[in-house]
Amino acid sequence: MDAAAQYSLEDDGAGGERLVLSGSYLISTIGFVDHELFALEGPLSSIDVSGIDEIDTTGAYIAVRLASENDAQLLCANPSVQRVLDAIDRTGHQADLSPQRIPVWKRVPVEMGQKVYRARSGIYGVVGFFGQILLGFASLIRSPSRFPMKPLVRQMELVGVAALPIIGLMSFLIGVVIAQQGAVQLEQFGAEALTVNLVGRITLRELGVLMTAIMVAGRSGSAFAAQIGTMKLTEEIDAMRTIGISPIEVLVIPRILACTFMMVLLGFYASMVAIVGGAVVGQLALGIPFFTFLERIQEVVPTYDLWVGLIKAPVFGLIVALAGCYHGMQVKGNSEEVGKRTTLAVVSAIFAVIVLDAFFAVFFTEVGWG
Amino acid sequence: MVPRAILPEGEAPIVVKGLVNRFGDFTVHDGLDLTVNSGEIIGVVGGSGTGKSVLMRSIIGLQEPKAGDVHVLGREITGVDPDENIGVRCQWGVLFQGGALFSTLTVGENVEVPLKQFYPEIDPSLRRDIARYKVQMSGLPEDAIAKFPSELSGGMKKRAGLARALALDPKLLFLDEPTAGLDPIGAAKFDRLTKELKETLGLTVFLITHDLDTLYEICDRVAVIADKQVIAVGTIPELLESEHPWIHDYFNGPRGRAARDTHDRGEMGFHG
Repeated sequence: MDAAAQYSLEDDGAGGERLVLSGSYLISTIGFVDHELFALEGPLSSIDVSGIDEIDTTGAYIAVRLASENDAQLLCANPSVQRVLDAIDRTGHQADLSPQRIPVWKRVPVEMGQKVYRARSGIYGVVGFFGQILLGFASLIRSPSRFPMKPLVRQMELVGVAALPIIGLMSFLIGVVIAQQGAVQLEQFGAEALTVNLVGRITLRELGVLMTAIMVAGRSGSAFAAQIGTMKLTEEIDAMRTIGISPIEVLVIPRILACTFMMVLLGFYASMVAIVGGAVVGQLALGIPFFTFLERIQEVVPTYDLWVGLIKAPVFGLIVALAGCYHGMQVKGNSEEVGKRTTLAVVSAIFAVIVLDAFFAVFFTEVGWG
Repeated sequence: MVPRAILPEGEAPIVVKGLVNRFGDFTVHDGLDLTVNSGEIIGVVGGSGTGKSVLMRSIIGLQEPKAGDVHVLGREITGVDPDENIGVRCQWGVLFQGGALFSTLTVGENVEVPLKQFYPEIDPSLRRDIARYKVQMSGLPEDAIAKFPSELSGGMKKRAGLARALALDPKLLFLDEPTAGLDPIGAAKFDRLTKELKETLGLTVFLITHDLDTLYEICDRVAVIADKQVIAVGTIPELLESEHPWIHDYFNGPRGRAARDTHDRGEMGFHG
């Protein structure tokens, strides 16, 4: 255990006061006396530090600052203490440099303004990014040998095949819940048989694709942003550019294509599994035999319901991939940015998907595919 | 108040005995011994992948060795709960290779982190002052204190990392390749700074380096790691005598000779 930091005041015989420090003036002991020391009523004519057993730079800093604040002389007869004091004196001690704080009433509108301004440049950014991708496609079409086949297949596996179990489970449960809850409500009209229509139409038109898009945004959109963002931080993307490889061609285009294409397959798969889930409930709870349920689906669900789902799916896939890659490419600075951009990628992708879904719902009904 | 570990009289601050580190089938250290004396700068050299950083990590308790003992300031480090070693941990400062600054905090806040952690009783305004003069001490311009690590150059990051390592007024300083990636002038300045700190504050410095100039200029002794052990420890003149092929190649290669010449010229100029 260290000796505590101690101090006392003495009369220096010339009308002033002398502060005598003794004990240990270390970072571990200083926190208990610094208040008292700086609260001492001056004027101090001198500060005697000869009695200090042990001192480190923090203790020395306190002594030097006390001396300069009181215009007092530092008395020291101890060479090892003097050495540390000298080291501090050399570094100097300048005025306060705490950052300027803006008052709240000013900060709120300022931040609001900046957000709006950034949103505008964000839209420019996304459009510009989309343009880069189109240019990338164009140059790939001109020289098809450069087409990044391997990354594409790899991304298809990651986005599509690896997602089958989780999307299957999710869709199956959605089918189960819709059938079960729908049956409870329809029973009140004596129309349990319409459960088939409900499950078939809602999964093919809406939920199969929508839920899949949300899942893909969470699984793959976030991964795109994090991967590309990290590559940006580690300067991999800069390295590619210097070698003459376009990061848009090898990183972004495979992801966009894989996500767009796999979204169609995953959306279809999700709808099918959801229908199976509904059929299972039909068999177990409603007394509709499993295969009868599936046959009824063919009769009551118009083919255009399938098309509605299949048309929406690639658009959603494109949005998810675009958001992920765009935010990944926007990462700069530090690792915190990667997390922030990943969150933004998922949030903006899901938001855009839901808004577009509402638009599609109205659109398809208006064109007679209701 | 944190009860500090006091080094018993006459004991070495860092003692490593029979250290064994293994990753899977790959043995990094096999019965490595090393003693670091009080108040010296010991340079640790060795080829890439010989486990210099792993040795440092073992000493500061980040890497649990497969066997062996590590004593720092007279206390056992291996196999001990980190909380029980607070008395030791408050007395070492570590500068990692890339600086390892917390990227979401400013330089000043980075330096304040260990202060806040170990000495919460220190008044916030005093803590800021301490952080400020540590930043100055490590040779950064004053306005760097409010900057984020991403706004600093590589050399400034290292200095900021050093400021954080010095925050607690440590007795031991661990530097992992402090001059790697610095320009020669910056590297020489950093060397001088290390030496100055050692002399004014009486630090013991454990310094991993590839930089031959650093070895010649500031290291009191040099430990060579090869063949999974410390094969030689001594002053550079002693090591120059060594017959071991790696040591011979190391000090007598073109770079080794150039560093020696520079050093000799410096000595002559200094005396003459």
